[in-house]
Amino acid sequence: MTSATPPTVVVRGPAYPPHEAAGIWVWVEQHDGVVEDVSRELLGKGRDLASRLAQPLVAVVLGAPQHAGVGAADAAALGADEVLVVGHAALAHYATDPYTDALDQLVRRRKPAILLLGATPDGRDLAGRLAVRLYTGLTADCTDLTIGPSGLLESHVVGFGGGIAAIITCQRHAPQMATVRPGVFPQPAATVRSNASERIRPASVDLDSAAERVRVLERQVHAEAGLTRAPVVVIGGAGTRGDFHLLEALAETLDGEVGATRVAVDQGWIGRDRQIGQTGVVVRPKVAIACGVSGASQLTVGISGADTVIAINSDAGAPLFDAADYGVVGDLFRVLPPLLAELRTDQPKAVTAERRPA
Amino acid sequence: MRIVVCVKAVPKPEEVGMNPETRTLDRSKARSEINPPDMHALEMAFALRDRVGGTVTLLSMGPPMFVPYLRLGLAMGADDAYLLSDRAFGAADTLATSYTLAKGLERIAATAGPWDVVLCGEESSDGATAQVPPGIAEWLDIPQATYVSEIAPGDGQTAPAIEVRREIKGGEERLRVPLPAVLSVAAGANVPRFFDPDRRAIAESAEVVVWDAAAVAADPALIGAAGSATTVAAVESAGRVERRHEMLSGPPEETARTLAGVIRAALSA
Ligand SMILES: Cc1cc2nc3c(=O)[nH]c(=O)nc-3n(C[C@H](O)[C@H](O)[C@H](O)COP(=O)(O)OP(=O)(O)OC[C@H]3O[C@@H](n4cnc5c(N)ncnc54)[C@H](O)[C@@H]3O)c2cc1C
Ligand SMILES: Nc1ncnc2c1ncn2[C@@H]1O[C@H](COP(=O)(O)O)[C@@H](O)[C@H]1O
Repeated sequence: MTSATPPTVVVRGPAYPPHEAAGIWVWVEQHDGVVEDVSRELLGKGRDLASRLAQPLVAVVLGAPQHAGVGAADAAALGADEVLVVGHAALAHYATDPYTDALDQLVRRRKPAILLLGATPDGRDLAGRLAVRLYTGLTADCTDLTIGPSGLLESHVVGFGGGIAAIITCQRHAPQMATVRPGVFPQPAATVRSNASERIRPASVDLDSAAERVRVLERQVHAEAGLTRAPVVVIGGAGTRGDFHLLEALAETLDGEVGATRVAVDQGWIGRDRQIGQTGVVVRPKVAIACGVSGASQLTVGISGADTVIAINSDAGAPLFDAADYGVVGDLFRVLPPLLAELRTDQPKAVTAERRPA
Repeated sequence: MRIVVCVKAVPKPEEVGMNPETRTLDRSKARSEINPPDMHALEMAFALRDRVGGTVTLLSMGPPMFVPYLRLGLAMGADDAYLLSDRAFGAADTLATSYTLAKGLERIAATAGPWDVVLCGEESSDGATAQVPPGIAEWLDIPQATYVSEIAPGDGQTAPAIEVRREIKGGEERLRVPLPAVLSVAAGANVPRFFDPDRRAIAESAEVVVWDAAAVAADPALIGAAGSATTVAAVESAGRVERRHEMLSGPPEETARTLAGVIRAALSA
């Protein structure tokens, strides 16, 4: 089973020195022509950083020829000064090797100062590999990005489940790379720009390789949960014991979405795309209603941006009460039915759930 | 199948504090544990060995205080354990850590024979980057698959390969991964086994091989602080969001009315 010659460490060295670097790049993640929300959010934040540094904002779109073009038009509308598009059959679906090869070649050719990616499963897979290929620094899962006095990117991260915040910089290497959690930055509004199409530039990369690679045999994606844009998120934990009916009814009544803790997801009660927290999504709803959730720090970082947090838990000592505006000690199966009744008898239009602006 | 599992010991997150004077992390009062996501990598390794035979080797980079945690892994059923430990490895970011672990893997292959697959946890609860597994794969120039929830044994085609299930955003995919390769195992992919009481005594005296930088022929410029591309410019206690902490009590209908009022007010704000 073992290969004849075991692999050995390959040292490639830096791609280019930081003083030659310019431009803020955003990898625009798209699947079948649909751009990820986090990529839109990054284009918004990237615009801020670009203005601060007086450098161009460049979007990079990789994909099958027919899909990459759609993503590129989106990126141009969202404010990128330039959109580099690589349409190639080998890029039709995300795969580590061709995506790393493509971005590596573009980065070496154009020498950006900053490269931002969404902290999605594919974004983290790609960023972790690419950073070593380029021999540069990467900060994972940032919750904010700022520019320091000397023009360095300051990547803000929270560690130890949200208790500790740190600022990470990358001074001696380029590009300065960071992945950012979905949901932490607002989405910019798309604007109609007269010369949008002129900003789109096809780029070519060499993706022929004899090396044996990972092959995608099958890919299944279910409908996406609109968690990051919902005005109300009803979160269920282990305390639901798998029964999400009341939570779904509550979410529906309030035009909201259902989220879950990792324990609930691991139990298979609900899809992983609905997991809230450090390794799930960060939500910023007007109201978060947590039911049967203990309040581990890995969960609460995901709702710290909520305007109002309501906790329903049968244990008066649950840590979530420390992170809540309103708490009810009680069995969720007894607390929710009268609440639902109350909200439903209420004049429906009083519960206008506007979309959160930004 | 020869399997290597990368594990690390981490302080229990809820016990790590801040030293207000030095403004650095205070781990002194925190007890440690095996990084919880690594337990899932261990379980996947044991289950794979149970199915197809072979060995499970543990690899870690860290201070000598990691030894008892590697012994715990031996008590769970691992065959041998290696700790990369050297003051020069300290203060490493993921670039230097993945290089060091890759050098350790190179040396394991040279000393104990080639391995087929390296399993890592999804992320570490202290580093929380998920970058180390792809980093190791890149340093060794071999394939990777992250967020793997299941391994199927190889399908016997010409080149050795395994088929895995990988979690992606809103779904999953099946991949055929040529070996040798590095996989990171999705947290929650399985239920980790408890240590084997019969192995406890054996494990307590079992040898953990400790290698320093010279033993793995690590380039001093690529390890520890020197080999790191990122610097921690500032650390502070995260400003916790101020919450009202208002507890509602009384009959359920009254509580429901109050809550409904709170929700309505918040939505129209
Ligand atoms: C590296 C790492 C990353 C992680 N990332 C995440 C993440 O992104 N998101 C996440 O959620 N977790 C994450 N976790 C897990 C986290 O530490 C907790 O284990 C998890 O959040 C707990 O989920 P829970 O509150 O549903 O379950 P529990 O902790 O078991 O809590 C269940 C609660 O329900 C209450 N309850 C029981 N019955 C009822 C009832 N009938 N009515 C009302 N209340 C009831 C109980 O009092 C209890 O407080 C992570 C962990 C690690 C190590
Ligand atoms: N110092 C280390 N020693 C051994 N394995 C490690 C070390 N750091 C990270 N890993 C492995 O890499 C995974 C991801 O860690 P991280 O990139 O730090 O989030 C962990 O779950 C471990 O399997």
